[in-house]
Amino acid sequence: MDLRVNIAGVEWKNPVTVASGTFGSGEEYAEFMDLGRLGAVTTKGVANVPWEGNPTPRVAEIHGGMMNAIGLQNPGIDLFCKRDIPFLRQYDTKIIVNVCGRSVEDYCEVVERLSGEDVDMLEINISCPNVREGGIAFGQDPKAAEDITKAVKKYAGQPVIMKLSPNVTDIAEMARAVEAGGADAVSLINPLTGMKIDIYRRTFALANKTGGVSGPAVKPIAVRMVYQVANAVKLPVIGMGGIASAEDAVEFILAGASAVSVGTANFINPTIAAEIADGIAKYMKSCGFESVAEMTGIVK
Amino acid sequence: MAKYKERSAVISQEEIAKDIYSLWIETAQIAREAKAGQFVSLYTADGGKLLPRPISICEICREESKLRLVYRVTGKGTGTELFSRLKEGDEISVMGPLGNGFPTDRREKAFLIGGGIGIPPMLELAKELDCEKQIVVGYRDECFLREDLERYGTVYTATEDGSAGVRGNVLDAVRENGLNAEVIYACGPKPMLRAIKNYAQEKDIPCYLSLEERMACGIGACLACVCNSAERDAHSNVKNKRVCKDGPVFLASEVEI
Repeated sequence: MDLRVNIAGVEWKNPVTVASGTFGSGEEYAEFMDLGRLGAVTTKGVANVPWEGNPTPRVAEIHGGMMNAIGLQNPGIDLFCKRDIPFLRQYDTKIIVNVCGRSVEDYCEVVERLSGEDVDMLEINISCPNVREGGIAFGQDPKAAEDITKAVKKYAGQPVIMKLSPNVTDIAEMARAVEAGGADAVSLINPLTGMKIDIYRRTFALANKTGGVSGPAVKPIAVRMVYQVANAVKLPVIGMGGIASAEDAVEFILAGASAVSVGTANFINPTIAAEIADGIAKYMKSCGFESVAEMTGIVK
Repeated sequence: MAKYKERSAVISQEEIAKDIYSLWIETAQIAREAKAGQFVSLYTADGGKLLPRPISICEICREESKLRLVYRVTGKGTGTELFSRLKEGDEISVMGPLGNGFPTDRREKAFLIGGGIGIPPMLELAKELDCEKQIVVGYRDECFLREDLERYGTVYTATEDGSAGVRGNVLDAVRENGLNAEVIYACGPKPMLRAIKNYAQEKDIPCYLSLEERMACGIGACLACVCNSAERDAHSNVKNKRVCKDGPVFLASEVEI
């Protein structure tokens, strides 16, 4: 049995990474486990300059999940390259850098800078729901998504994963647009835009008013979208949205994902992503699968 | 500092004032490492309530691997209400110790100031500090933990309704009792901490504030629980610090509150 997967020419030792923004650059989780147990670490989004993020409260709990409006706080690409990349390189895992920006030029600047850095893949966040210029304009219009994909591909030195927003009418159309733009892979879903109101304080639970809904509560929507995208494009799909167990991860793989990301569940159990990788292996063994690719998308 | 996630056994629990619960748990690793001013993440067994609840450490008993947590039940159907139903022998998931904690090596005459549910961490701090201690506690109405605190210092009380001690807030109690100190350690609601920060600036004395903010991961990864810092922070590279990891205790001069 072989847990390895090949995503756009990059071989991961297992099909599990972590969702951007839930894992920092791994430092806090390295206190709990060997990051080398993961197929890849996907970093928190990084921009060309440091971003302050949104006012607090930035998170709220909902039944079976949470909402966040962090606002892509990040230290900027200079400090990231100096500190975070060497830190992650100590571990036997692939490095996926999530890139955010306010304009096409911002994205291209970061992508160009990273082309000379020792990282394995890029994930372009064109779908953060929490910052006005955090990419959502690119993530909700197929033409804009195709154009920004083309633009970053010109500068990219690594395979490019386009991260799709679920806050669209037709997710397959968005996937086809980034495929036409030259994307090497797609990942989905980013959180769904939601709102929570504190009825006693009579105000919004989040300072940003709206936030991204994530966690087990969104999983059926994510599985459906992964299925739609996997059947619409030839690109490898990295599936995420509420994965909290190996069984959840297998569901995404059967729906069409070549790999999976664990997000909100990291906040509940800091070693869950590695445990999910082990659990997938157990499932494969018990069901007689020889490879992850053999399971991918077999439920039609 | 090492952090652990453990299954922990409940030793005892009692309601010590209305909606205020005192919970003793057995945690082999966390109790060994914990210090005053740190907190733990408590997890409910309810799959609908995923996120850990950050709860300050009230007392540490290292020899017996025990922690005391004193917390407020924040409403019906909340995670804290679920915790309040725990009984001796029940199990609960806990992660910690988290955060930096108070410095305990200073020897100056001190104010330990707690407001409401910010009072519990003052008890372990009072135990660990070796100095002249004036413990100033403020309540809305019903008092708790005063007898515990009296073992480690002189306790001055303020209540909003005047039912015990000075009518008013903790700084009213400081003034009416004619108190002074050379260093302040404080935990409580933000308006109280703002007033204490101003007081410390006026008196030109060092002041340590324990802050509270909505958290998700509790370990410094998600950047949910930030506070504004006076200077650019070395980790965030912006004027933000993480309450869960860089704090919860900050020098008042480091943070904008």
